[in-house]
Amino acid sequence: MYLARVTGTVVATQKDPNFHGLTLLVLEPLTPDRRTAGRAIVAVDTVGAGEGEDVFFVRGREATLPFYPAHVPTDASVVGIVDQWNTEDVPPAASRRKRR
Amino acid sequence: MSPPRHRGENGGEMRLGRVIGNVVSTQKNDKLQGAKLLLVQPVSSNAEPFGTVVLAIDATQAGLGDTVLLVIEGRAASTALRRPGAPVDAAILGIVDQIEQCVVTVEP
Repeated sequence: MYLARVTGTVVATQKDPNFHGLTLLVLEPLTPDRRTAGRAIVAVDTVGAGEGEDVFFVRGREATLPFYPAHVPTDASVVGIVDQWNTEDVPPAASRRKRR
Repeated sequence: MSPPRHRGENGGEMRLGRVIGNVVSTQKNDKLQGAKLLLVQPVSSNAEPFGTVVLAIDATQAGLGDTVLLVIEGRAASTALRRPGAPVDAAILGIVDQIEQCVVTVEP
């Protein structure tokens, strides 16, 4: 799973019928220093997350599991809302990488 | 930092990682209730961090700063947690005590 911030929702009238009734969220991945970084992704909501909240999402085949036995053609699903998160000091090499 | 491809930078392999944080979440998928969530930075065998930080479910009572055995693959993760069908793609499966590396020298 990965941490991300919800930065928006996607409105799509014409879509795969299996998506009907589901919310598509725009997520921006979070780095350990609490900034958004990297490309935004679209994920299906399974927990009632909203804009501005920090969430975690699961990628890949496992993203369809919350909907089982229904088949939803997604490869990213939000599976939890973060109340709070703590990090210790990030190793120097990692923070160098994040600033790039 | 771009999100990793599913079988690219992160994924499909067992890795070493270092626990750098924890996450508290009350509203989450039913199959994740009661699970401990830890942020893990993948590291190389000489403890150099690389790649994207992963949020993994802990199956081993790991703590902050521990070097751990991390699997980034759904089937392995949910099997290890004994929660079949849980929407997880990363789990901590062991706490590393020590890594022994031998130097291989090739005779010319």
